[in-house]
Amino acid sequence: MTKRSLMFYLLSVAVVGFAFAAGGVEGPVQKQAVNPLAITMFIIFVVATLGITYWAAKRTKTAKDFYTAGGGITGFQNGLAIAGDFMSAASFLGIAGLVYTSGYDGLLYSIGFLVGWPIVMFLLSEPLRNLGKYTFADVTSFRLEQRRIRILAAIGSLSVVTFYLIAQMVGAGKLIQLLFGLPYSTAVIVVGSLMIIYVAFGGMLATTWIQIIKAILLLGGASFMAFMVLLHFGFSFENLFQTAVSVHSKGEKIMAPGGLVSDPLNAISLGLALMFGTAGLPHILMRFFTVPNAKEARKSVFFATGFIGYFYILTFIIGFGAIALFVQHPEYFQNAKQVVVDGITKIVDANDPAKNLIGDKKALVGGENMTAIHLAEAVGGPAFMGFISAVAFATILAVVAGLTLAGASTVSHDLYANVFAKEKDEQKEVKVSKIATIIIGIFAIVLGIVFEKQNVAFMVGLAFAIAASVNFPILILAIYWRNLTTTGAFWGGLAGLVVALVLIVISPTVWVDVLKNPEPIIKLKNPAIFSMLTTFVLTILISKLDSSQRAKEDREGFESQYVRTQTGIGAEGAVHH
Amino acid sequence: MNKALIEKIKNDPDFQKLVKERTRIMIILTLVELVVYFGFILLVAFNKEFLAQKLGDSVITIGIPIGIGVIVISFLLTGIYVYIANKDFDELTEKIKQKYVREV
Repeated sequence: MTKRSLMFYLLSVAVVGFAFAAGGVEGPVQKQAVNPLAITMFIIFVVATLGITYWAAKRTKTAKDFYTAGGGITGFQNGLAIAGDFMSAASFLGIAGLVYTSGYDGLLYSIGFLVGWPIVMFLLSEPLRNLGKYTFADVTSFRLEQRRIRILAAIGSLSVVTFYLIAQMVGAGKLIQLLFGLPYSTAVIVVGSLMIIYVAFGGMLATTWIQIIKAILLLGGASFMAFMVLLHFGFSFENLFQTAVSVHSKGEKIMAPGGLVSDPLNAISLGLALMFGTAGLPHILMRFFTVPNAKEARKSVFFATGFIGYFYILTFIIGFGAIALFVQHPEYFQNAKQVVVDGITKIVDANDPAKNLIGDKKALVGGENMTAIHLAEAVGGPAFMGFISAVAFATILAVVAGLTLAGASTVSHDLYANVFAKEKDEQKEVKVSKIATIIIGIFAIVLGIVFEKQNVAFMVGLAFAIAASVNFPILILAIYWRNLTTTGAFWGGLAGLVVALVLIVISPTVWVDVLKNPEPIIKLKNPAIFSMLTTFVLTILISKLDSSQRAKEDREGFESQYVRTQTGIGAEGAVHH
Repeated sequence: MNKALIEKIKNDPDFQKLVKERTRIMIILTLVELVVYFGFILLVAFNKEFLAQKLGDSVITIGIPIGIGVIVISFLLTGIYVYIANKDFDELTEKIKQKYVREV
């Protein structure tokens, strides 16, 4: 079978398979009714993205095409694509839901997710572009020993990708079950298969354009929702917040930080993980190699920060809008009724009129994650709700595609081409990355199904903690610290990984929530403060004490690297087709 | 790049100026961002009452503009960096490249 006919075959299997799966669940078994509008819009998105993949596949020939879309993406496009990679369904539905249940505390998460971007901008964006080629390990191994540093980078990248991917797949399965009424395993298989097709055939070019389209859809949809909410309250924030406070079960408490951040150590540790984890996510770092030069690299971060910041402000308005508007919609609640007390309309438990249900996690049909979806219905009717559901699905697809590409690239470029292969062969390297894509995709589907009933909430936090403790410190030291040696980086990075894993297992998030022990061994929920410190201290200590021949070469290589970091002389350029 | 060329570039006044300026801006802006964010986090951890204060008769608390402010400041800082880099760094980099790129 030629590549083109194989592509058509896969394309038709995916579309027909999805249509079939969608048709097979019209029965009343699911909690959520099948939404034909949502499914139609989703199928349009899938067909369009498969079209893009087909177009991209014809333009993806070399390794450079596969990993970096040829290096010719503009700063503005890359900014949108980065925003697309970063605005996951968790940050859209999850944060909107968190604002709905806890108010201000939701904003704390948004802020944490945003503040890593200036750090990426100031410390990493230009050096990454000037030193790297396909993966961030190109940068860390620039003057250090290829073998050990690539292995370390692959361990760091693959653990981040695996934990992040499991969390996304489980979230995807549950969400699609709710939104479209599809069975969990069907949803996971559809998501996994589509992501394999996008990445294996279309590489970075298809992944980038899927991110861009998804980012535009998500920003457009969220803007419309926030606009409709504000319109309803005459563009007065005072009105909006006043109404929200008067109807929410927590009253005025939603306007200030609550119990989410309780003790300072936890707060700082989570803050470190979010801030520096962003600067160590392999799928994000990889995006800096798709632009032609350092100038476009910094432009990308500027646009990305703008889009992401704007989006988080929208989710805040959406969450408060949900609080204020859901009182008119008792049908969004389970077993609820609308009552009027002292002239204020409220939603209360049908059996217990003293129990206010606004902001209650469990009372909402489908749970708190459905906040934004219900609000879409409230402000735009069923057609708009279908649109937002399709956008949420598209969001998941785009994020898992980005993660899979990053995972496949580290397998083929870091492990295969630079550790195991005896000679350089670009065509073989691309082939390996496609095989790796398929294996990672199947692995993600299997794990998604295995972890269906598990609590995976800790996995995103863990992914950020590992990115902050393994990838980020080594990158920073490799770029800026002359005395870093291979041995120091290797053992320091591994120690940070082990500390992060051990601390999270004995923390409340795993020891109590997952393993069901009554008491955690430590109270710290996110390990970043200790695991980051471990990596930095050990790496610096071992590097200082390292007097090997390799260490001498590592230090001597710094000067040349430094000149290239600062000026870009000798950096990889773009190719034009 | 050979050793002699690296030495030459390193001793070039334009290169030294570029590195000095960029390092300065990088450190200042990074510190501002760290102070803004961790200052906010410490406020959340130690002084929730401060953030819960209402603005006049409004139901809106001071914590809301401060929180949104952290997002806006972060974005503005990236803008400041791009502005300075476009204005100063690119020109210097181009000058350095012109001088040495043939020797690479």
